[in-house]
Amino acid sequence: MLEIKNLHVKLEEEDKQILKGVDLTVEAGKVHAIMGPNGSGKSTLSYVLSGREGYEVTDGEATLLGEDILDMDPEERAAAGLFLAFQYPVEIPGVGNMTFLRTAVNAQRKARGEEEMSSTEFLKVIRERAKELKIDADMLKRPVNVGFSGGEKKRNEILQMAMLEPKMCILDETDSGLDVDAMKLVADGVNALRSEGRGFLVITHYQRLLDHIVPDVVHIMSDGRIVKTGGPELALEVEKNGYTDIVEEVA
Amino acid sequence: MALPQAKQTETEARLAMLDLPAGGWTEAARRDALARVQAMGLPGRRDEYWKFTNPATLTQAEAPRAAVFDTQETQIFEAIDRLKIVFVDGVFDAEASDDLSLEGISIERLAESKADIHWAKDLYGTLETNGQTPVQRPLAALNTAFATDGILLHVTGTPSKPINLMYYHEDESSDAILHHVIKVDPGAEVTILENGPAAARFNEVMEVDVADTARFHHVRAQGRDHERRAATHIFARLGTESAFKSFTLTANGVMTRNECIIELTGDDAIAHVAGACVGDGDFHHDDTVFITHDAVNCESRQVFKKVLRNGATGVFQGKILVKAGAQKTDGYQISQSLLLDGDSQFLAKPELEIYADDVACSHGSTSGAIDEEALFYLRSRGVPHSDATNLLTLAFLAEAVEEIEDETLSAQVVEKISAWLLRRSA
Repeated sequence: MLEIKNLHVKLEEEDKQILKGVDLTVEAGKVHAIMGPNGSGKSTLSYVLSGREGYEVTDGEATLLGEDILDMDPEERAAAGLFLAFQYPVEIPGVGNMTFLRTAVNAQRKARGEEEMSSTEFLKVIRERAKELKIDADMLKRPVNVGFSGGEKKRNEILQMAMLEPKMCILDETDSGLDVDAMKLVADGVNALRSEGRGFLVITHYQRLLDHIVPDVVHIMSDGRIVKTGGPELALEVEKNGYTDIVEEVA
Repeated sequence: MALPQAKQTETEARLAMLDLPAGGWTEAARRDALARVQAMGLPGRRDEYWKFTNPATLTQAEAPRAAVFDTQETQIFEAIDRLKIVFVDGVFDAEASDDLSLEGISIERLAESKADIHWAKDLYGTLETNGQTPVQRPLAALNTAFATDGILLHVTGTPSKPINLMYYHEDESSDAILHHVIKVDPGAEVTILENGPAAARFNEVMEVDVADTARFHHVRAQGRDHERRAATHIFARLGTESAFKSFTLTANGVMTRNECIIELTGDDAIAHVAGACVGDGDFHHDDTVFITHDAVNCESRQVFKKVLRNGATGVFQGKILVKAGAQKTDGYQISQSLLLDGDSQFLAKPELEIYADDVACSHGSTSGAIDEEALFYLRSRGVPHSDATNLLTLAFLAEAVEEIEDETLSAQVVEKISAWLLRRSA
């Protein structure tokens, strides 16, 4: 599904290397988690994959279903099936949540040469999915993320994911700022979307999210590299001993 | 005091092109207005009130040519049941207009109203004259003196549909001067729609007297002809518990100066003035607003949004004057521009002048570019760059468009803005 080889990335503005050779393959149907201390490059990896400006790939490659995504515009990556759930979802005053979602769904369909979703069908689908995430009609009408609580914003991200039905989902610190109940709701939403044809890359600082979204593979990232890979037990090890031991062990 | 020589020469050159209509109930007002124009002189670049907008093409003797912009698209208010009054290059077109009778309103043409006595006599030129202090508006006085036609509306009830003044432009060098007088009786309510470029150069004055508890709504879409020029003035006087709401959409036009002068003279009155403009390239758009609070517990709102690209210029001069005794005034003013590139500019001069001590007045003015974070967020969801920009641009203008009370009308405005944006991102 997603293949990253020897990815080197530096900040455009300053001459600072953030990713120093990341190798990672996420297979369809699998959930991979990336854990790591602050500043290890986890979020940078998600931004580079989704096409945010300000980063320069100096070496390596990233492909989605065999297609090189690094030269694509963000909207092309989205249409190709990539989705990033933001750590800090952006507020967009003046643009209704529903309008935004319908525009996005149909833009992707158009880009893929598929038929656009009619407004009746769209309404039916969004109501169903919103209900599962406990998102009420008012939240759908309001401007995108404006006045939403932290939990509402994250649920809204998962709703977008559910509507856009991406092939590869990257969740960037989706647990940050959530209480236990909200985290459970979000995790349920994600688990409902787990399927054979879909890959997940869950980026998190803490193990607790992985109690709810149980990963198949766990990677530890440090100083711009994946330094250790294992099963779900690796996350428990981090929880118990912290990152220092693991990072020192491989160094 | 004598006028500076250059100003006097320019004023005389312009006046020499015009004929003062004689006779009838307007004659005294026209003579008075002419004398005032001669005393004031037409605006010049050095006048403080024209600091940001060069009035030369609005005052020069002959109208600069303006190519007729031929579009096959439907008119903005086409889908709305309304009474149409059509002017082509400032000349009334009876055939294209509807029958001028409608319950709750009397409609007459200025050019045909020749009697010596008329209800509009107390208003014609009166509100305009009042609006000349503390700031002179010579183009409005010129209009009062030389207007060739216009509409006299006396609203006595609540007409079943809006009155739509439609202004066509067919002659490349037309120079139209229209003067409307609208009197809304106590308890009456009317909606006036205006659309179209009107002429190569258009000088318009609208005097609106809104009586106690009366309501006046105004939605205007100025024509899209790229080379057209317009200087418009609205003078409104508001009685107790009355409401005045005006919105203007401007897309294109090489030169536009819209002045709105409102006097709140009765307690508990409401005045809302809003504008959305989108300019691309050779575009200069000036909103100049002067709101005087002269009664207790009145509310005024000014909401102006401008989207500028390819070197377009936007100007906003807005003033709230709160007179002594106008307590409990609630005055709000916001002017914002979205600059889509580094070549465009927005010049703003917000002013508050307050002589009462128990008031709440606020003003704000900003200039900014498209929010890059929001743009990336939209794109990361699959919305193409140009569509995302358009969505954010529409969102920026929404606050002004939402000032239109009638949702059918605001939807028409949004549709026109969307179409404009879409044409530019194709």
